[in-house]
Amino acid sequence: MQPSPMDTTALNVVALVSIGAHPTSGRPRRAEQDARAVELGLRLAGEAMQVVHAGDARQEALRGYLGMGIKQLHVLEQPAQADVLHALSDYLLDSDAQLILTGSQAETGEGSGMLPYLLAEQLGWPIVVGLAEVERIDHGIAHVLQALPRGQRRRLQVQMPFIASVDNAAPLARQSAFGPARRGELTVTAANVCPDQLFKEGQLQPARPRPKRLKVIKAKTGAERMKAATAKASGGGGQVLKDCSPTEGAEAIFKLLMDEGVLR
Amino acid sequence: MSDIIRRDPRAEWIARNRLHPLHSSMQSSVTRWLSAAGVTRKNPHAVGFIGPNGIKRIDRSGAQQSSGSKRSSPTAEKQLPLHIVEQPAFHICVVPDMVGGRLSSHDKDLLGLAHKLAGTEGAVVAVVFAEHKENGFDTAGVDRILHFTDAVFDGYSPEQRVQALVRVENQLEPRHWLLPDSRNGGGELGRRLAASLSERPATRVWQVADEQSIGRAGAGQQDLHRPAPRLILASAECAEPISETRHQAQPMQLQDAINPSRSRIKDLGAVAVDPALIPMAEAEFILSGGNGVSDWSLFHQAAETLGATEGASRVAVDDGFMPRNRQVGATGTWVTARVYLAVGISGAIQHLQGIGACDKVIAVNMDANCDMVKRADLSVIGDSAAILQALIARIDAHRQGGIRDAA
Ligand SMILES: Cc1cc2nc3c(=O)[nH]c(=O)nc-3n(C[C@H](O)[C@H](O)[C@H](O)COP(=O)(O)OP(=O)(O)OC[C@H]3O[C@@H](n4cnc5c(N)ncnc54)[C@H](O)[C@@H]3O)c2cc1C
Repeated sequence: MQPSPMDTTALNVVALVSIGAHPTSGRPRRAEQDARAVELGLRLAGEAMQVVHAGDARQEALRGYLGMGIKQLHVLEQPAQADVLHALSDYLLDSDAQLILTGSQAETGEGSGMLPYLLAEQLGWPIVVGLAEVERIDHGIAHVLQALPRGQRRRLQVQMPFIASVDNAAPLARQSAFGPARRGELTVTAANVCPDQLFKEGQLQPARPRPKRLKVIKAKTGAERMKAATAKASGGGGQVLKDCSPTEGAEAIFKLLMDEGVLR
Repeated sequence: MSDIIRRDPRAEWIARNRLHPLHSSMQSSVTRWLSAAGVTRKNPHAVGFIGPNGIKRIDRSGAQQSSGSKRSSPTAEKQLPLHIVEQPAFHICVVPDMVGGRLSSHDKDLLGLAHKLAGTEGAVVAVVFAEHKENGFDTAGVDRILHFTDAVFDGYSPEQRVQALVRVENQLEPRHWLLPDSRNGGGELGRRLAASLSERPATRVWQVADEQSIGRAGAGQQDLHRPAPRLILASAECAEPISETRHQAQPMQLQDAINPSRSRIKDLGAVAVDPALIPMAEAEFILSGGNGVSDWSLFHQAAETLGATEGASRVAVDDGFMPRNRQVGATGTWVTARVYLAVGISGAIQHLQGIGACDKVIAVNMDANCDMVKRADLSVIGDSAAILQALIARIDAHRQGGIRDAA
């Protein structure tokens, strides 16, 4: 579906980006979902969109976002393991953003996915989770499509300004080009630093493989165990309609489909 | 059924008379009994049955039931012991996803985890929104159930639901909140609740033991170990589901009614998506055709009317009626559909493997004895073309009726 033509270039869109990690090598890169958020912002507001990162400005991976065709990336200087929430909310309160885009969870650190929710709580804005597309915006009301599991979409109406997090259903991010990435500008501002309480009590460790769930067979006798080991897909229990006319059969199927709510 | 032993003198007479044509069928199939001397006797000739090609087969899996003349009542379902919590010392609140109105396996794992945290003193409270179709709350491990049926909770209403949960928090002060960290709403609701309660949740938790929780962090390369917080968003298989006890599932009420304020997000309903574009592994509703489908254009038309994603058995693919990427099964795609409608598919093991994760299976087949019918929740025996046509007509009639109602 093509979005109806609309003038969203005047829209003030801010995308919050973080540093990602390559899934196998673990090397820093632009984060996948954050890049999708930037892509969505670029489609909505063009080059006028703002991109903000709270963290270390010397991180080379930040240039990955600049390579998408953004002139400038704003960095709020924060040390590692600081709680960036306060720096970001201070910054956003002062900006006149109407739409804030974030990924749904960071690729490094805790990655709890709480940041957009906490920002929404602090700013008092509504939050849309899993934004897939902004259809139109009129009179401060946005019509957006939300991505649901199993490839489904839901249409929502939200009051501006709002926060939206994107996941892998949002449009794929464009490639990052080397030239623009070099030419782009990183502007650094100092911001309040607030240490993260979490790392006082918790620690990060390399992920342990999760135990596979075993098929527990609660059989009391050998015969039962044998049966459980050799039995085919559990038979019986199903309703079988024999010798009925096609209409009756269709009616029964129709009823089950309605009960399950898969017919629209 | 009463346990009075009824004798059938005629059957007994036939059983004694070896020349009677019905003699063999009337043989008592008692294969083992206790003799008067207290010794166990066995009749080796009575075991087994005659297979389809006349050879005697012995099935030791226990599936074969002796077809004795004494009709036994279907064994009454064993009652699991009831777990009773009279005066709960504390509460553990679980907010299940209820995908399709039923407890998902993720929800059941979560209830299992809740019981691990509740021990014998605490009560597990399930907070359920809107209508549901679940009737197994007791065996899934729900001690108390808080059901919000107000119309405001229908559809997508996360802001109102969080307000209701905050009320629950104020009244019950649960020791833990447990939500599934899923894309079906639990992950979102849990984070919204965390933000409004100012609790720092543990997310993607896969183990809680000894007051410590372990959850995945970042992109899954690391684990975060921390003392278990009040709010836990747990991933699937975080604990074993309840299987050995029954629970009270007692309805509970909040003291004061809730009147959630107006939401800033309005649900305008689901958007029609082209089912053909949904990856088959993710599709919710699949119409799958096999060797028993004769009219493929009718099949495609049915898929369109039903709004179902198309699938196929290997034979249908090999014969060139469907593309290879539509094959369901061991060498095709393993699907996770909630409803799987199999038309003219015999249910070979390679195919059944692929639909192991499906919830409801409907079979349309000529053969009432095929394996697909054994797997299915509903089977209609008959010609696929006739049934598909009737189904299309039925749905068209329903849609037209709907349009008339709306007008
Ligand atoms: C290594 C290996 C891997 C395989 N992998 C797969 C796999 O991934 N996926 C897969 O599907 N198969 C796989 N197979 C093939 C599998 O074993 C079966 O051959 C295949 O699934 C059978 O397909 P079918 O049920 O469509 O056809 P059939 O077995 O021919 O069944 C047709 C069914 O349609 C019914 N029927 C006939 N006419 C009508 C009618 N008019 N109306 C209604 N019903 C009718 C019949 O009663 C029958 O039950 C694999 C096989 C091997 C050896």
